[in-house]
Amino acid sequence: MYEFSYHKASSVAEAAGLIASHPDAKLMSGGQTLIPTLKQRLAAPSDVIDLSKIAELKGIKVAGNVVTIGAGTLHAEVAASKDVQAAIPALAALAGNIGDAQVRNRGTLGGSIANNDPAADYPGAVVALGATVITNKRRIAGDDFFTGMFETALEADEIVTAVEFPKAEKANYQKFPNPASRYAMVGAFVAKTASGVRVAITGAGPTVFRWNDAEAALSKSLTAAALDGVKASADNLNSDIHASADYRAHLIGVLAKRAVVALG
Amino acid sequence: MTATGNAEGFGASVKRKEDQRFLTGKGNYTDDINRRGQSYAHFVRSPHAHARIRGIDASAALAMPGVLTVLTGQDVAADKLGGLICGWTIHSKDGSPMKAPAHPILALDEVRFVGDHVAVVIAETASQAKDAAEAVAVDYDVLPAVVSTADAAKPGSPLVHADVPSNLCYQWELGDKAATEAAFKNAAHIVSLDLVNNRLIPNPMEPRAAVGDYDSGTGTFTLFTTSQNPHLARLVLSAFVGIAPEHKLRVVAPDVGGGFGSKIFIYSEEAVCVWAAKKVDRPVKWTSDRSEAFLSDAHGRDHVSHAELAVDAEGRFLGLHVRTTAAMGAYLHTFSAAVPTYLYGTLLAGQYTTPAIYVEVDAVFTNTAPVDAYRGAGRPEATYLLERIVECAARDLGKDPAELRRLNFIRKFPYATPVALEYDVGDFDASMDRALELAEYSTFPARKAEAARRGKLRGIGFSAYIEACGLAPSRVAGALGAGVGLFESAQVRFNPTGNVQVFTGCHSHGQGHETTYAQLVSEHLGVSLDNIEIIHGDTAQVQYGLGTYGSRSGSVGGSAIIKAADKIIAKGRKIVAYRMEASVDDIEFKAGVFKVAGTDKQMTIAEVAFNAYVPHNYPLEELEPGLDENAFYDPQNFTFPSGTHICEVEIDPETGVTQIVKFTAVDDFGRIINPMIVHGQVHGGIAQGIGQAMLEGCHYDEETGQLITGSFMDYCMPRADDLPNFTIDATETACTHNPIGVKGCGEAGAIGSPPAVINAVTDAIGIRHMDMPATPERVWRAIQSTRLPRAAE
Ligand SMILES: Cc1cc2nc3c(=O)[nH]c(=O)nc-3n(C[C@H](O)[C@H](O)[C@H](O)COP(=O)(O)OP(=O)(O)OC[C@H]3O[C@@H](n4cnc5c(N)ncnc54)[C@H](O)[C@@H]3O)c2cc1C
Repeated sequence: MYEFSYHKASSVAEAAGLIASHPDAKLMSGGQTLIPTLKQRLAAPSDVIDLSKIAELKGIKVAGNVVTIGAGTLHAEVAASKDVQAAIPALAALAGNIGDAQVRNRGTLGGSIANNDPAADYPGAVVALGATVITNKRRIAGDDFFTGMFETALEADEIVTAVEFPKAEKANYQKFPNPASRYAMVGAFVAKTASGVRVAITGAGPTVFRWNDAEAALSKSLTAAALDGVKASADNLNSDIHASADYRAHLIGVLAKRAVVALG
Repeated sequence: MTATGNAEGFGASVKRKEDQRFLTGKGNYTDDINRRGQSYAHFVRSPHAHARIRGIDASAALAMPGVLTVLTGQDVAADKLGGLICGWTIHSKDGSPMKAPAHPILALDEVRFVGDHVAVVIAETASQAKDAAEAVAVDYDVLPAVVSTADAAKPGSPLVHADVPSNLCYQWELGDKAATEAAFKNAAHIVSLDLVNNRLIPNPMEPRAAVGDYDSGTGTFTLFTTSQNPHLARLVLSAFVGIAPEHKLRVVAPDVGGGFGSKIFIYSEEAVCVWAAKKVDRPVKWTSDRSEAFLSDAHGRDHVSHAELAVDAEGRFLGLHVRTTAAMGAYLHTFSAAVPTYLYGTLLAGQYTTPAIYVEVDAVFTNTAPVDAYRGAGRPEATYLLERIVECAARDLGKDPAELRRLNFIRKFPYATPVALEYDVGDFDASMDRALELAEYSTFPARKAEAARRGKLRGIGFSAYIEACGLAPSRVAGALGAGVGLFESAQVRFNPTGNVQVFTGCHSHGQGHETTYAQLVSEHLGVSLDNIEIIHGDTAQVQYGLGTYGSRSGSVGGSAIIKAADKIIAKGRKIVAYRMEASVDDIEFKAGVFKVAGTDKQMTIAEVAFNAYVPHNYPLEELEPGLDENAFYDPQNFTFPSGTHICEVEIDPETGVTQIVKFTAVDDFGRIINPMIVHGQVHGGIAQGIGQAMLEGCHYDEETGQLITGSFMDYCMPRADDLPNFTIDATETACTHNPIGVKGCGEAGAIGSPPAVINAVTDAIGIRHMDMPATPERVWRAIQSTRLPRAAE
């Protein structure tokens, strides 16, 4: 990696100050994406601002119908949390299936959604559950947060502090792992929420998206059969050596059905 | 050799001696070696698949902190160094020798694949070298490139080497063309098949590394390197690259973390490190990172083939005709020319009596990393082709695949194949019978029906393989174009206190030689394992050796050790005869004890050793002091491990996801020294074979020649959860021509398994063929193709 200055921030305010005064700095949470990028010399930040020791970014709270997870909470902590398992079991299961044990013990919710890898799992949950992303500056609706491949609504000096997940009546996430990377080649998150049935597809396109046709069909009848004849379009889906756009479109249908079946 | 009941000897699953250090982090790998005053090398690599180098400006790099020097192909040329070589010369059908373009250790005026070595920066630290490498300005004139094996020889394809027309390195043939053509005229059925043997990237756990050192006091070079065969590295670096004469060049291969063939070869980086050490008068270290390994380790396989099998009305094979195009990559490599020829064409008889076989192989250059031997080297490619076309024959003819194979089995040995080998021994029915039993073949239909009720497609596939290993009778290898002999050497040295050091030229990098060789010596000389040390991997300690590959260490290296041990026994008998005032003819040796026949006079081998080093009053004309013998063993023939693999899969037709639910392997490796270690070799080999069949595949971008599968994010290695528990057993026909009856087991798993997997997948779907790897999308598409006609009805 190239040389950079390292800062260990102890509060969000301190981190915000640092990022504002160092325009070429990078925030770091678990470093699971950032460090490999630096090691391959694909990024050359002047400064790295480490968020991983900031206490206020950590932790899981359940209040009423809302599960609030701090941006610095590890995937392993979400997976193991009795509160998350009780409130939104599909979210705990999703976190427990990210990467491998080492990754889950370093990687964070905030890092994952800020990075917005098209093959990441969490964006599916954020969108399907109608979550709200909280930053040091504002609240951003999950639907508005993920704007494109590796792109989000975040401003350059904005820090994700937490995500609020409303409890769903029922939810399930089905992941088809890429055989090599084990990221999501396609992931389908189906949730029956207070505002209706929501279906978010990750892995398949440049960024997570809602599958409107499926939502419409499932709103009438929340059964796998309701999806018979509903076909995801392959237009704009990713195509690579692992899966063509057509195959991804096919998998969207299969996984969405399986998620509906698993809703029970 | 008969078993003596030695609990540590032949047939005992003793734990591996070397694991103490490996499992406690005490291994000593090349990257663990640091020399006083060491500097670091970083290579500037080509970002283009093909380009002319107009110029290299290193001035900015030279001005950077810590930089000692920047060396380029011009410096190599100025020092009049030679290039890397291919140790095997193949001749084309027309008698002309293969085209062997120069392969300089740093590119001189052209680069030919992404990752090709252009220059090296030597600096005080590894990161300074890396920083400065980015500042080396190379002016490239980008040229058109070809990466496709199938297209390389087509008219209009860009030329990898301007002086090699049609990119053809050689056009080789083997077998009787006329007889094969005649066989096809008489055939009741002709089964034909087109297939690709996918290119693989070896990925040993330890990436390559090298430390070059030069002692200006003695004028001696030392190279520590990740090598499977340090003596061969010394020979090539001395005789061909011209770094230093052999006696002034020491090559040490310390602990090596796996090779699978990729560390047989002599690479640019190690040559550069040892050469540069003198130029900067500092030790020079290079450690590959994983990205460099993907780009620059020699790859494996990469064949495109068309095969036809002539069959009579009953299903007997009459003739086989194979046309293969094999990729060499951008340059010939240490053994590459031999792999798709003498290690491939010669195996096309398989276990069958096919009387006429004719094989043609066109080797082509492409703008890709060199392709060379990779676990199995040629034999997996032959086995895959043969066992796939035999399976197709069974399907086309509506015959049971096991029975069709049996109908054609060779049963009389020795058997001379139409493709130049003589199988000394084997029992193909035995392994087939046992495998069918263990795989519960007779009840497969019930399992298939049960799976169907769950909506799953279940299939079963066979592979009855034979391979040639124990490389190699030098006489045969020489006649076929090898540039070196392929014997092995051993030295058995007793120290005065009765313990033993055994020096072998077969390097161990995962195989467990330090245990199995000790077991051989323990059995043969009656010395306990604790008192035996196996020494390998250092040209300054080991007399000579050709290294570890081609499953040769047991049969060739082990036989050399036995030969040296026999000399120890002979010498011991002389010593005992002298001490006991008996005739040499009356001295018997068994389980570590020399006895004068018919008396109670005896000496243990440890006593004899001590005596040998206290030679007071020895009749020196007849009896030399010391107990230290060496031997060179050159095998009379190859050895021929064989066996039957049976794979059972279950496919989710909705997604194409394929699960291997059962894998049975019954192998005949001849006599087995350590069953536990052999099991480990089989497990690893099958895992690699399943990797090739289901997961792995190297992709270059057809337009740009960039390596797409340049990391584990895209190159899919097999993991534990991709594999079932293996059911493994052995049958035994002892090798007839070496003193220990062993054949070799290191590669068989990777040779036998891929066709079993694809035969099972295609059986489940009900299609004839699918290329490897059987990814979910390929499988899903194949299932769709079977359903289309029905949808149209
Ligand atoms: C081997 C491996 C396998 C993986 N498998 C999966 C998988 O199966 N599914 C999956 O979803 N993911 C997977 N990941 C990704 C991993 O789960 C992490 O979520 C991801 O790497 C980012 O989290 P992090 O905390 O490590 O962020 P970092 O690497 O620290 O940061 C990533 C990016 O986010 C920015 N950032 C970090 N925190 C914040 C914040 N609070 N506010 C604003 N910006 C921020 C950083 O500046 C950086 O640009 C895998 C990673 C690896 C290495």
